[in-house]
Parts: sequence; structure tokens; C-alpha cells
Amino acid sequence: MKKDKDKILGKVTGDEYKFGFYTDIEQDSIGRGLNEDVIRKISEKKNEPEFMLEYRLKAYRHWLNMEMPGWANLNIPPIDYQDLIYYSAPKQKTKPGSLDEVDPELIETFNKLGIPLEEQKHLAGVAVDAVMDSVSVKTTFKETLADLGIIFCSFSEAVREHPDLVKKYLGSVVPYADNFFAALNSAVFSDGSFCYIPKDVHCPMELSTYFRINAANTGQFERTLVVAEKGSYVSYMEGCTAPQRDENQLHAAVVEIVALDDAHVKYATVQNWYPGDKEGKGGIYNFVTKRGICKGDNSKISWAQVETGSSITWKYPGTVLKGNNSKSEFYSVAVTNNHQQADTGTKMIHLGKNTSSIIVSKGISAGYSNNSYRGLVKVARGAGNARNFSQCDSLLLGDKCGAHTFPYIETDNKSAVVEHEATTSKIGEDQIFYCNQRGISTEDAVGLIVNGYAKEVLNKLPMEFAVEAQKLLQVSLEGSVG
Amino acid sequence: MSTVKQEYDVKKHFLELFRENRSVIDSGSAPLMNKQREGAIEEFERLGIPSQKSEKYRYADINGVFNPNLSKSFGVQKVSFNIHDIFECDIPDLDTNLILLVNGRYFNKEEPLRELQGGIITGSLARASKDMPQIVEKYYNSAASTEDDSLVALNTAFAQDGVFIYLPKDAVLEKPLQIVNIMIHETDLMAQHRNLFIAEENSSAKVVVCDHTLSPNKFLTNGVTEIYAASNSNFDLSKIQNEHNGSAQLSHTFLEQESESTVFTNTVSLHGGFVRNNMFVRLNGEGSENHTLGLYLADKTQYIDNYVKIDHASPGCSSRQLFKGVMDDQASGSFNGTIVARKDAQKTNAYQANNNILLTDDARINSRPQLEIYADDVKCSHGSTTGQLDENAMFYMRSRGIPEREARLLLMYAFAYEVVNQIHVKPLRLRIDDLVNKRLRGELSRCNNCAMNCE
Repeated sequence: MKKDKDKILGKVTGDEYKFGFYTDIEQDSIGRGLNEDVIRKISEKKNEPEFMLEYRLKAYRHWLNMEMPGWANLNIPPIDYQDLIYYSAPKQKTKPGSLDEVDPELIETFNKLGIPLEEQKHLAGVAVDAVMDSVSVKTTFKETLADLGIIFCSFSEAVREHPDLVKKYLGSVVPYADNFFAALNSAVFSDGSFCYIPKDVHCPMELSTYFRINAANTGQFERTLVVAEKGSYVSYMEGCTAPQRDENQLHAAVVEIVALDDAHVKYATVQNWYPGDKEGKGGIYNFVTKRGICKGDNSKISWAQVETGSSITWKYPGTVLKGNNSKSEFYSVAVTNNHQQADTGTKMIHLGKNTSSIIVSKGISAGYSNNSYRGLVKVARGAGNARNFSQCDSLLLGDKCGAHTFPYIETDNKSAVVEHEATTSKIGEDQIFYCNQRGISTEDAVGLIVNGYAKEVLNKLPMEFAVEAQKLLQVSLEGSVG
Repeated sequence: MSTVKQEYDVKKHFLELFRENRSVIDSGSAPLMNKQREGAIEEFERLGIPSQKSEKYRYADINGVFNPNLSKSFGVQKVSFNIHDIFECDIPDLDTNLILLVNGRYFNKEEPLRELQGGIITGSLARASKDMPQIVEKYYNSAASTEDDSLVALNTAFAQDGVFIYLPKDAVLEKPLQIVNIMIHETDLMAQHRNLFIAEENSSAKVVVCDHTLSPNKFLTNGVTEIYAASNSNFDLSKIQNEHNGSAQLSHTFLEQESESTVFTNTVSLHGGFVRNNMFVRLNGEGSENHTLGLYLADKTQYIDNYVKIDHASPGCSSRQLFKGVMDDQASGSFNGTIVARKDAQKTNAYQANNNILLTDDARINSRPQLEIYADDVKCSHGSTTGQLDENAMFYMRSRGIPEREARLLLMYAFAYEVVNQIHVKPLRLRIDDLVNKRLRGELSRCNNCAMNCE
């Protein structure tokens, strides 16, 4: 039986990346390397107002004095920042007015990923802001959203059309000096998504952006800003797939979320970038800074993520609970296989009174991978009656992989109640036996158990995403199982 | 900028101190120990005093404890008083073999090694290095790893003496050994002692370590203890930290365990301005078992920091960590526990718990329970809680006519009892129980013999 299981686990963990392909689209790039001229060029190409260029330069100058942090439980090969291309946009002569005008090859790429723009447009009722490399290609459902006063557009468009909003909120959650990669992103970010929900508006559909990294050697520097005004609600989805490439690619995005009084923002991520091949060659470096702030009273930010891709994942989506009675949730499944590495988790910073947060993190390691949860729960002195519950479970599939837990719990207020628990285990023989006994094959049992293990998090994803996430889990781990 | 300057100064100070006093340090110790100094000081020079930027000392301001006024003494120590006149352990029924360390040095240097029942040997480490070099050489400084910790290297470079305990094969020590660390001096003083405990196969012993300060000067101790527990041995270490609040203590304990050995350590921190306890356990042999417990009750501006790393290097070992703390006034503290299960450490069973109670808004606690697991067939879990006393339990007692203050004390006492209960030397347990009780009530909880009326 053990042999049987090993075989299944082997099959499960031996599955190849299914989304590896490369679309040949003419690219408009600035040469390799980074200096002030490159930043000026990026800003110029995007027709940005003066304040953006200044912001970029300020960030760049600060970045020059920073060093890449080395505290993570990761083995990162040195990155030559002068060998990266900082701007690359699919070349288009004119802006497409309708879907028919969009490059058919581009559409084909999305079709291969199972994200047919047209179908989604008609059937799923999802407005997709498809980002391929750095420039937003097509925004759908914009008119419907515009009727409600919702702004959902590419970041560069927002900079041009809504400079006041951008100026007010850009860098308010993740300042450019926040960390090494945030500074780099602030200096060179090419595009991203901007979302603004006006007061008391309940966004009627799931907003979604699909990111793709396409051109070789292009660091993708996304910038996402979500602002939810008083009493509003939005559910935002971000999904990622990237084609198979041999050279490591750097992805250093910044996501900022602002929730004002009584607002509720849900932010879901499915990340399935190319994780490298079985020997650990290639793959994406995913060094992302994601942070939300519950600025107003009674506001809420929910994070849900499924991380299956990237050769190195290094990110801590977090929430600053500033408003009184604000809430935050973090639900995460992180899967690492072969030679993938992940050091991921969350930060919950309690500043307001009666704030509460929940963290549920499920790690699954297989192959030769290392999967670490690192999370901070900080209760500031004035955060009376703060409440946190964290649960971090790790599942090990195979004896060559590692699962680690590094929680940081800093409590500075006597009325706080902070709890943390974690377990590390493998699939129990008894669990398999129980299933076998009831006529479920070992193969199905492994699938059943892994899915059941992650269910608590998958349930938190929006419907449209849950299916894809489940599929991803299977692709990443289960092979033909389950 | 000032901290950078200060860090530079501390390092430079010790490097100079070492060069100037090398011959005095050597002459007060043994060649075996002197041999290690050169390498250690180089290591110290390379690493410097740990800064708060390092993950290990994130919450502990080590630089701050190196007070420039601390004197160091390496020559012959003149003890102008009869130590027995001012110090006598008053724990009733605690019948122990007493060993005194005064300012980090063995009290009676000239005393030959003592032989207790079953060939058990105790005495001064410097003495043992001369009298039984083959054993000391085998173990001295081999468990202690500087592992980016310069404070251990600092100790190896400067330590002249400490306590040596050797339990030969099958020896069973019935009467516990009690080591009393006394700090007494006319000026502020820094001391660095070095202990070496060796338990051979099938041996068994209980050791009690008490830290006391007998004069109101500021003290800093940087002590290293190495413990080897061979197959089937059974070692029990209880440590009572009860120094005055003007003192700072850095303590590093390295423990190596072979197959089927069982080691209990229990550290109770009651007083002491700045306490940092580092505990490194390596489970080398299959089936070894480790229990590391700690209780810290801090008030005023005390800082108590426990750092534990349990390294499961062999399969089938089990470990348990339980650390509980009550923080009052402006006290702050930190717990950092790591369980490492190495690649081949299958069937590891490890558990870790840290529970804290904060009594005031000025008190603060940082907790970092960590797991690093590289083997798949393991059962590892941890839990950490920070909170207040259970309101339901309070209500239950209040509704039965117990005054609020009494109820609160009762609950805190029960909270601490889980750790106190696991001290295996009964008279000591009763005393600690009493001390904890008094401590929680805010009454003076030093041992009665202590002449000091320090705050």
C-alpha cells in the first residue's frame, strides 16, 4: 500500500505545467537596464503628468540606497537589475474600439488559458481588464460599471483621467520607501488596474484582472489600486498564468487597497505562474507587496488566495486595521512542488479599537520544495479589545520537502486576545485506510484529502474562481488523481 | 547614529580587554580552556555584539546591557567575607550537595574535585581541566556553537571557571546538586562563567541552579552551560532566576542528547532587570525525549526573553516546550521557540506552547513559535495565546463570594502552576510555589536570606 501511495504521490507531484506556451506578439520595449532616463522614457511613453514622473524619480533615488533584504527562508539567486527590461508593451497602432480589433493572437492566448474574453463577456458577467505584459489591452463592461459611477480601468488611464484620485491614494498604503521591491515598482511600474467604488455603491459584478507575463526578460511591475468609498462593496479577482520560459522572470507588483467607513473589499488571487521545470530551472520570481488599509470604521478587507505557481513566492498580503471595529480575513492555500520555494503569509496590524482578524493558512509541500508561512500579528497599544485567531496548517507530501511556520505575535495591549495554532502532518495512513475501506481507491483518497484540506480556503473564493482554483490544485498536485 | 557608535565601542572594548589581560585570564584558568580563546575572540570580532536587526535578537537590546561602568576582574578574587555568613539557602528540607559560584568563579578554587556516591565528580571546571583533561577535552566547547551568536564566543574567550559535573556510567545521584550563583561586589561587575555537565550512559541526576545578587550593584552575567546526556541517561535541571532588577543576565544552555535519554529543564524567572535565556537542544539519538519548560513573571520595567531551539537530528525523538508568562506594569518580554525536524528525523513528535497574560496596557509580549520541518512523517504542532484571565472563570468565582482580587490571584496562580508543578525536586517546588504566590501578590518574593532590600 505504501508503494501504491508513493506511486500516486509521484504521479501527483510529477505533473508538468499545463499553461506553458509563448505568444509571438511584436513587443515595444525599452532596452535593458535601469537609470533615470529609462524612467523618464517610461513616463513619457505613457503620457504621464508631471507628478507621476516626480513620484517615480523619488522612488528610484530612494531605491538606489536600498539593499535587497535577505531574511527570508529562501534561496534566491542574485538578480542583476541592470539586465532586465523595464518596459514592454504589446505593439498596437491604434486603440481597439471593439473586441474584433484586438490582436487575434492575443485573444488566442487567453483562449488557451481558458479565459475566453467573449464568452466571459456574455456568459459569466465578469468585466475583465485583461493585462498582457504591461499594457491594458481591453476593458470590458466598462459602460455598465460607469453607469454606477464605478471606475475600473487600467492604471495609466487612471493617471490621465483621474489624476486627483491617483494622487490622493497612490502610495498611501504602500509608500515608495516601504521596501526594496515596492520602491523598485514605484519607480518603474508600467501599468496595472485602478478601481474606484463610489459611496454606497454595491458593485454588481466580480471585477477581475488577468495578468500574463509574456515577453522574455521583462520584469512585470504591476500597480493595482482599489479604493472603496464609504458604504461600498467590491469583490476583486486577480488571476495569473504565465507561459513557459527558461529564464527567471521577476514580478514585483504592488497592490494597494483603501477601505473607508463601512466599506467591504474582497480581494481574491489565483496565482499560477510558471514554477520552473522539474529540476528547478526557470520560473517566475514573485516578490509582491500587497496591503490594504481599513481606514474607516466598520470597514472590512478579505483576502483569499491560491498560490500554486512561481519558482519563488515571497509576499505577505496584509491589512492595517486602522478604523474602529474594522475586520480583516486572510485565507490562503500555498502549494509548492519540485524545487519551488515559498515564504508567504500575512500581516495584521491592529491599530483601531475592537478590531478583529482571522488568518487561515494551508501549506502543501511536495517534491523538493520548501514552503514557509511567515505572519505578523501586531496589536498596538491603543488597539483595545483586538482579537486575532490564526491557524496555519502544513501538509507534507514526500520526505524531501519542507514546511515551516514563522509567526510573529507582538502584543502591546492587555485587552487583546491573540491565538495562534499550527500543525504539520502528512496524509495519515488511517485516513487512506478509512477511504479504502469504503471502496475509495488510494488515488481518489489522496485527491479527496488534499481537496478537503484546502476546502476551507477554496470556499472563500468567488464562484468563478473556485472552479479554476480547484483545477489548479489538481494540476499542481494531483495529476490524474481525484 | 549613537547606537552604531556604541556597538563599535563595546566590541572594541572587549577586544582591547582581551589583549591586555590575556595572561591574567590564562593564569586563572586551565590550558585546555585557554586553547580555545584565540579562535573565540576572532569569532567575536567577526560577529560583533548582536544587533536587533538579527532575527534572533529582534526584540532584545543586547547593546543596552553592556554598561561602560561594568568592571571585569580576572585576577585572584579576594573574598573578604565568609560567604556562609551571609548566604545560606533557607529552603526547608532541601537537602542538596551545594556548590557556590561567586561572581562567576568557583568559590573555593583550591578545593580538590569532590567525589560523591557512585563515582560522581563535581568541582571547579578549571580544576577538572587539569585533573581529568581527557574527559574535559572531549566535551569542552563542542556543543556550544556560536551559530552567529557572538555572546557565546565572548564567553569562550573570557570564561575562566565554572562548575563541572561528571556522572559516570550507571551512576545515580539521589541528593540533588545545587549550584548557587552569587553576585556580590563593591562595584558594578560583569561575570562570565562556564559550566560543563556530563551524564554518561544510564546515569541520572537532578541539578538546581539558583541565581542571586547580594549587593545592590549593577551586574551582568554572560554564562554558558554545556550539557551532554548519553544513552539512557536522565538529567533534570531546574533554574531559578532571582537577581535584583538592576542586573542583566545572558544565559546560554547547550544540550546534546543521545538515544533514549530524557532531559527536563525548567527555568523560572522571577526577578532580574534584563534576562535573556538561550536554550539549544540537539536530539542526536533515536528515542530521546526533551522537556523544556519556562515560567516568567515580570513587572516594573523588567525584560524577559526566552529563545529555544530544539533540533530533531534523529528519528523517533519527542520534545515538548511549555512557556508561560505573566507581564505586569511596564514589563516586556519575548518568547521565540523553534522546532527543527531534519530530513531523516521521521516519527518526530514535537509540541510547543506559549501562553501569556498581560495585566496592563503598558506591558508587552512578543511571541514567535516557529516550526521548520523537513521530514514528512512527523507530528509537530504549536500554539500561542496572549490574553487576559478568563472572564467566565472570574464570574464563577465572584458569584461564589470570592473577592475580585482573590479570584484574579487564584487564576494567575493556577496559570503558573502548570509549569511549577513540573519541578521535580519537591522542596524546591514548594518553595517556588510559595515564591510565585508571593510574587503574584506583589509581596517581596526573594529568598528570605537575601539581605538586599532592593526594589
